[in-house]
Amino acid sequence: MEFFTLHDFMTYSKGITYLVMGAILIFMPLYWIYLTDRDD
Amino acid sequence: MAQEQTIAQKQYLTPFNVVAGMIIIVGLVLTILRFTKGIGAVTNLDNNNPWGLWIGFDLLCGVSLAAGGYVTSSACYIFGLKKYHSAVRPAILTAFLGYALVVFALNYDVGRPWKLPYPIFYSQGTSSLLFEVGLCVFLYLTVLFVEFTPAAFEWLGFRKIRNWVLRLTLVLTIFGVVLSTLHQSSLGALFLIAPSKLHPLWYSGYLHVYFFISSMFAGMSMVIFEGTLAHRWLHDKMDDTHLAEANGVVLGFGKAASFIMMGYFGIKIIGIAVDNNWHYLTTGLGLWFFVELIVFVLFPAILYSVGSREKKTLLIRIAAVWTILGIILNRLNVSLIAFNWHLPSADRYFPSFMEIGTTIFIITLGVVAYKFVVTRMPILYEHPEYKEDH
Repeated sequence: MEFFTLHDFMTYSKGITYLVMGAILIFMPLYWIYLTDRDD
Repeated sequence: MAQEQTIAQKQYLTPFNVVAGMIIIVGLVLTILRFTKGIGAVTNLDNNNPWGLWIGFDLLCGVSLAAGGYVTSSACYIFGLKKYHSAVRPAILTAFLGYALVVFALNYDVGRPWKLPYPIFYSQGTSSLLFEVGLCVFLYLTVLFVEFTPAAFEWLGFRKIRNWVLRLTLVLTIFGVVLSTLHQSSLGALFLIAPSKLHPLWYSGYLHVYFFISSMFAGMSMVIFEGTLAHRWLHDKMDDTHLAEANGVVLGFGKAASFIMMGYFGIKIIGIAVDNNWHYLTTGLGLWFFVELIVFVLFPAILYSVGSREKKTLLIRIAAVWTILGIILNRLNVSLIAFNWHLPSADRYFPSFMEIGTTIFIITLGVVAYKFVVTRMPILYEHPEYKEDH
């Protein structure tokens, strides 16, 4: 991926970052449920 | 009489004492060499690599692995998880010895031990992160010492002063958490000044966050690991409460460590995404980064999760050792392996055998001091005269 302006770079890298953050926000509560669902 | 003497000699001539004694003798020789011939005589440090194994391992790994003190005491006294109470004293002792040895090891690197108080009392470099680290370590070592003293006072029979110090527990715990947050993160922030020297996969604007978050599961893993060793070698020193609560500590800390490690894995991926460093992942150091992240973070996190779900403490104990190795690898990557990564191999740093020997000497001192304290003071058991106080 080639970038010609800082704006291009930020749009691309922040876009990917937000997607990763969204995935983490969904994954972490599910992971917590997985960790604790057998607790007494 | 002669038979008694032979028995006494046998008690001292254990394999542990012999090996530790030999290491300490070699370490003392290396110490004399270091302080008489200078740092150049015993290390491979140069202008390109002014920080070596003593900073990368003794300081960075030492501080992160001593995080069990603030993690355990905050779990017990701030979050009210009293079921981990039996783990607090061993964790505080490990943290205290860990920090004391960090300061001790720093003298080898800096030299001139008599100038150690200078940054705190004489010439404060308030714009430097190193000053912040120094101040926090100085204050936190003091906090840990005070937190440790009740055990020593119980041993010595100083009931009044022991009761007085015990009243400070909550304040000291809060102070400890604040100081740990500050200096654990600052140790990572030290490398923010070297963006051109540290490999982009390890360099990140979030380096201080990585160091702080990773210190949490490093501390938990260390508590589990140290508990395992105590269970194996100092079983006779543990009372029924400690033995009964040991599995609960392992399961609880394993679960917490797993969750934090998954979060850490996530923010490491965010770090790559923010700086758009994906293309480095296919290089040699990129593969090494994968090893650190997949083999030493994701894998033990999964191992921890399976262990805590299935209530298999052996899996958690294996994951703890794995995580500790991962933390050591991460700190060495940041400070040594991925540092100056662009230099030709002839200019890269590898520690001399005397540096490695000194590090082993310092670790041995810690183990000997731990054993000395644990076999005498009420660390793994409650003092019979103070049981009603808990």
